[in-house]
Amino acid sequence: MATTETRPATASPVRVVIPPGGWRADWRGIKVVWQRELIRFWRDRLRIVTSLLQPLIFLFVLGGGLANIASGGTEGVDLRTFMFPGVLAMAVLFTAMFSAASVVWDREYGFLREMLVAPVRRGSIVLGKCFGGATVAAFQGVIVMALAPLVHVPYSVSMILEVLALQLLLAFMITAFGVMAAVQISQMQAFMALMQMVVMPLLFLSGALFPLTGLPHWLAVLNRLDPLTYAVNPIREAVFANLDLTPAATAALLPGITWFGWNVPIAVQVLVVALCALAALEIAIVKFKRA
Amino acid sequence: MTDLAVQVRGLVKQFGEVEAVRGIDLDVAAGETFGFLGPNGAGKSTTISMLCTLLAPDGGSALVAGHDVVRERDAVRRNIGLVFQDPTLDGYLSAEQNLRFHAELYGVPKALVPDRMRLVLEMVGLWERRSSLVQTYSGGMKRRLEIARGLLHAPRVLFLDEPTVGLDPQTRSSIWGYIEQLKAAEDITIFLTTHYMDEAEHCDRIAIIDQGRVIALDTPEALKASVGKDRVQLQVDDTDAAIDALRERFGLEATIAEGHVTVAVDGGEAFVPRVFAELGVPIRGVSVARPSLDDVFMSYTGTTIRDAETAGGPDPLTRMMAGRH
Repeated sequence: MATTETRPATASPVRVVIPPGGWRADWRGIKVVWQRELIRFWRDRLRIVTSLLQPLIFLFVLGGGLANIASGGTEGVDLRTFMFPGVLAMAVLFTAMFSAASVVWDREYGFLREMLVAPVRRGSIVLGKCFGGATVAAFQGVIVMALAPLVHVPYSVSMILEVLALQLLLAFMITAFGVMAAVQISQMQAFMALMQMVVMPLLFLSGALFPLTGLPHWLAVLNRLDPLTYAVNPIREAVFANLDLTPAATAALLPGITWFGWNVPIAVQVLVVALCALAALEIAIVKFKRA
Repeated sequence: MTDLAVQVRGLVKQFGEVEAVRGIDLDVAAGETFGFLGPNGAGKSTTISMLCTLLAPDGGSALVAGHDVVRERDAVRRNIGLVFQDPTLDGYLSAEQNLRFHAELYGVPKALVPDRMRLVLEMVGLWERRSSLVQTYSGGMKRRLEIARGLLHAPRVLFLDEPTVGLDPQTRSSIWGYIEQLKAAEDITIFLTTHYMDEAEHCDRIAIIDQGRVIALDTPEALKASVGKDRVQLQVDDTDAAIDALRERFGLEATIAEGHVTVAVDGGEAFVPRVFAELGVPIRGVSVARPSLDDVFMSYTGTTIRDAETAGGPDPLTRMMAGRH
């Protein structure tokens, strides 16, 4: 072993600053991870367009195409008007999923390690990702919301605020779900395939595209088990509160959610979404710590 | 009490049946440039990952900048800079945005960030290109940016895992230029791994690591001296006469290597005037070669570093951490 040599401390023009730890560091970590998601989203114009395209196809192509044969059951309401809240949820869904995929991307391109070795808690990185996903997804949601007049839904401040809040919550839940899955997946193709497999059934089961009236029993059960149901229904309530509907139309299109005959209040539905989001977040953080 | 930047005692890491690191002891003084030399798969990256808190050791202890790598993980992380073997930049961000991201994650005081950023970017010659997206950078530029990023938070100990691997010779030497410059400018300890022998020459001290053990540790000069003799090659027309004369007058057994008469002697430079004066056979040219680190590696492991690599297989850590194979 060579002898220990000490260097003169005076020669250094750079003061070594050891940053403080604690919640301030974690907060800066959350913020910068969030900012990165926004920057990357903004750079990726193609993604903005493609994740908008899908909801619009559902709304105008599928909704427009089916409007005639469905008109018998909608009590005079345009099918597109009915589908609009579902499409609001859908826009958020796809964007949030893509945001979660960035975890897989980060791993594939090594950037994940830059984050994992940083002196911040792993939880703040997951939180930053989820806030980032929620923000960009809500941004997409706002764009779709701007189309409201095209489907005979007038603007109103309360509707916009309520829907935006619900979209943020939904986007947060989906990003957390996505991050939870993405932590264990190292390949983009695998993640995308999994998402297709999970997201489409969740979307269809949620009642985004059909009313919850008179469903076959098995479908009703699956519908109640789908966490998306509890986000889609409040969004529809918020939009329909803004419309002049006949009582018959309300009964047909917006029956509400029942658990064993009990009418679940909106607050409880929102709570279900919030709890699912927290659970997914917690699992994502635990898994991320082991990553 | 801690003049030591790194203090390692009995460090062990196993991956299943494979013992990647089998009891390493090391002391690295503050301000030192310390090289970890060995073939791929020798346990270099695994050791670095444990020192950087990315892997939990299975045995032994390690202090980095005076903090325990297991119990004081965050304190260690705040004190170290790490440049990974594989690139870890976000190509969709500009160089500046990559650095800003790092500054925030590492809690660099906001007031210091602009100066600090300029300093490190100028050091690696990327200040003019700071607004370009990283995906437009060449391999060498990315490497330099990673080194700049590792320095941004003014770490006490900078770990460089194979800083020049896969780069062309020109870029390699310019990166070494930056490292030298850095040592002059900052109060920093540099701990690097390499499997390029010539690069190990830049280090104050070297540990040669093979199959998870440190098998030699000293200054490059001392290591080479331990191997011993210099190699002197003579260009002569009459090789047989020269070999005979060397045996008779100097008591040296010469061989023919690469067409030249070759002898191993202590103090090769002092031998040159003597051989001209006393050999009695006309000499057309002479060359003296000191033992290289290749010779050192050979003498400690009985194999060349390249042969050791073909036998060693891929690094278990790279495989594990990259997660994409």
